[in-house]
Parts: sequence; C-alpha cells; structure tokens
Amino acid sequence: MKHLLSTSDLSREDAIRILDTAEQMAATQEREIRKLPTLRGKTVVNLFFEDSTRTRISFEAAAKRLSADVINFSAKGSSVSKGESLKDTALTLQAMGADAVVIRHWASGAAERLAESGWMHGAVLNAGDGTHQHPTQALLDAYTMRKHLIGAEAGPGAHFKTATGNDLAGLTIGLVGDVLHSRVARSNVALLTTLGAKVVLVSPPTLVPVGIETWPVDVVHGLDVALERYDLDAIMMLRVQRERMSGGGNAFFPSPAEYTRLFGLDGDRMRRLPEHAIIMHPGPMNRGLEITAEAADSPRSVIVEQVSNGVAVRMASLYLLLAGEEGGE
Amino acid sequence: MTGTILGAPDISRALTRIAHEILERNGGADNLVLLGIPTRGLPLAHRLAARIAEVEPSFDADARCGSLDITMYRDDLAKHPTRNLGTTTLPSAGIDNAVVVLVDDVFHTGRTIRAALDAVKDEGRPRGVQLAVLVDRGHRELPIRADFVGKNIPTARTERVSVLLTETDGEDAVILSDGKPSGGVTA
Repeated sequence: MKHLLSTSDLSREDAIRILDTAEQMAATQEREIRKLPTLRGKTVVNLFFEDSTRTRISFEAAAKRLSADVINFSAKGSSVSKGESLKDTALTLQAMGADAVVIRHWASGAAERLAESGWMHGAVLNAGDGTHQHPTQALLDAYTMRKHLIGAEAGPGAHFKTATGNDLAGLTIGLVGDVLHSRVARSNVALLTTLGAKVVLVSPPTLVPVGIETWPVDVVHGLDVALERYDLDAIMMLRVQRERMSGGGNAFFPSPAEYTRLFGLDGDRMRRLPEHAIIMHPGPMNRGLEITAEAADSPRSVIVEQVSNGVAVRMASLYLLLAGEEGGE
Repeated sequence: MTGTILGAPDISRALTRIAHEILERNGGADNLVLLGIPTRGLPLAHRLAARIAEVEPSFDADARCGSLDITMYRDDLAKHPTRNLGTTTLPSAGIDNAVVVLVDDVFHTGRTIRAALDAVKDEGRPRGVQLAVLVDRGHRELPIRADFVGKNIPTARTERVSVLLTETDGEDAVILSDGKPSGGVTA
C-alpha cells in the first residue's frame, strides 16, 4: 500500500489490517502518555483546498501522536488563491520534503492525480475529493461498527468472540440520505461490501446516483420502509447539504420538513431499530433535519465516539503508509 | 556446533531456575510484574509467572502478567517492510512502582530491549526493570545486559538461533543453524 486513495482499492485483508492496527493505536490513546516515537523525522502535510474541521484536526492529531512534523496548508490565504496550480503546489511540497500529503479537494479525482502524477514522491492520503471518496471516514465507520457489533465487547448482538482479525460479515447497515453527493456513502458502500456487510441505501429518488443498479446494495425510498423490511445493525445518517435542500430550480426535494418526515431519524424510529443497533453520523449534524436531538444524544448514538476512532484509524493509516521502508510491502 | 541446543526438559529446567532467581533477587513476589515481548516472550512470561505462583501462592499469575509490544519503538522500522503491531496489555494495576521483569526469548544486539525500555517509560514509572531471557547469544550492540539467563549460547553472527515454543510452534526447542531456519523466530 503506497497511497490511500479509495476504499475500492482495498482488499479484505488490507482493510482488516488497517482496522487491527487502529485497535492497537486506540489502546495507546488510553494511556497517560499518548505520544509514540514511531514517525519521528517524517513530515506530513495537510493540504486542504476545501473547508474541514474534524478531518483536518483528526489527521493533525494522528500525525502528532506518532511524532511526525505537521505542516498545515489551506488554500485560503495561500498561493492557490493567487492561481497556483495543483502541480506547482505539489512541487513545492516535494521541495519541502513531505513524506506524506493528506489532501482534501473539491474536485473528484484530485488525490489520484496527485498520487499518479510523479510530481512528488511521498504517500498520498485522500481526505475527501469532490463527491468521489473519503476512505478514512469509511474506515473509522467500519472500525466503530466492528467494535460495537462484532466481538465480545459488543454484547448480545455480537457475532464473534473477538473483533480483531474479523470482518463485518452478517451485519446489515443502513445509509440514509443524500447518496448522490456523498463521498462518505461511496467509500462506505465499497468498504462495507468488501468486509462482507449488506448495505441498504435509504434515499429520495432524486438523490440516488445514476447507475445505482450496478452497486452491490439494496435501495429503498423511505426510512419507514427500511425499518420494516430490514433488521439494521447500524444506521448511518448522512448530512443533508443545505445548499441542496430547497428553493430555485436545483432543489432535490420539496422542503426540509418533508425530508425530515420521510427520512429523519427521531425517537420513534430509533425505538423501532433492533435493541443492539447503533446510530452513526459522519458530522457535522443538522439537528432537527436528518436527526433529532433525542436520537443524536441517546445512549445508542456513537457519533462522538466516531471522532475519537477517527484519530486511531488515521494513526493506523499513517503508520502503515510511512513507517516501513520506502517502496516496501 | 549446530542443531538442537535445548530440548523441552532443558527449557523447563531453565525457566524453573529463572523463576527462583527472580524471587531470590527481589525477596519475594510483591510488586512483581512480568511483561513478555511478543511473539515468544509472551508465553515465556506466562510460564515464569505460573512457576512463581507455585512457590508463592499469593502471586496471581494471570493478573501480574502482561504483554509489551515494542514495534512502534524500534529503531529499524524504516529498514524493513511495515510490521504488523502486536498487542500491549498491562496488569490492571499498572506498572507504577512495580518491579517489571521483561521477558524475551533471544537476547542478541540489545536493540529490542532498548525499544522495550522506551515503551515501558511511556506506560508508567516502575521502581525497577529487570530482564529475563531464555537464550543469550551475545553480539551486543548496546550497553545492555540481562539479569536472568536460561542459557548462554556462543554463536557466530551468521548463525541463527530459533526458539520454538509449544504455544506458538507446537514443540519446545532451541535450534542453532547456519542458514535459514526451518521455523520459529530468529534473532
């Protein structure tokens, strides 16, 4: 593994290796001294062309916990706003000795372009590109599901004795909301399927991508139908991107109230989930739109925990890409 | 001299002796914690703890035994393909003010133990750290020594020492060979 660009590049073994490594990383984060010397002398650049709080901070924390030097680069206030190209930015990073570049870009495929261009020689980690992929988000989601739903810690709903080394076979996961514009959904569908879980997409017809019939998923149009038809082990509420909500010619559904009525997760719908099911959200949440406070703050919600798991998963990704000899594997 | 250096009875006797030496040195088993270095230090630590418990019934072998993975503290990470991480589990009481006995199978350059000392330092502040190894094959590259040694085996640098343990390899043996080992870990 030289880069981490897309979850569809990951084999089942790759994915389990990342999750197992993240488990060990998470264990070190419960100690008094959480810093590890592992990536001392390596430089990680956070290259963010698009706003992000949690992903950038999460990558920054992960790199620092492993003792790497971190350089944050956001497009605003940089030479990019003066018209510098991705290529020239990459050459600059190469000259600064970046061992890894974490890139968030508005354009789908930007991370791949950077990785395959030969402009720089470090590892590239995709932190979200357009509506394409956001692999570390899917990995932290899978990690959270495995921790809660597979293994001894998971309690009565558990399918196996230990989570370590296992995939997500036997689980049914619901992804609810705007699949069309969601890189989180795309990354999750590929990864969860690779790990053996069944994915159910719950989405208004207007927010389902063209060509969905080739995806290895079930599609239903309404949260009530999904709750009736499937025993969901986890339900992931996708963020409704406000700019796509309503008004004008480019609305994807008639009104926020209607969306909430058909696709929002409230207390009543939460109680219709199986006893062991967990509630997830990649953040940032629109409380009252796709999820109510009752569901978001309930004991079954793992939304806050997803954030801390994100640091462990990103530590694992950085470790696996950067710690070994160059060109290794 | 190559071939099987220690058989199962030799290993068993060496571990029994080390267990007694640990108790003697520390005047009993109070505050004693055994940390095995994965992979094969771990079963050795459990065996030593079981023997200590036979002598000192108040010693809870399972509660005082742990695993210390040193992978992220190695100084040669960048010289090898990425290694998978092992598990670190410490006794629930922690290691502050305990006497930690590190347990490993083969003592060679001393670099593993250097990494282990760094790892211990991040986990807490033990009163003392001691080192128990099944085999000392020499060729130290750092000023580190063992407190308890099962057997000193003079080796050439090119030779390989393989430790096989029932828990991981199905049998107990220490084998010295010229070339590639048939199995087990080399150090």
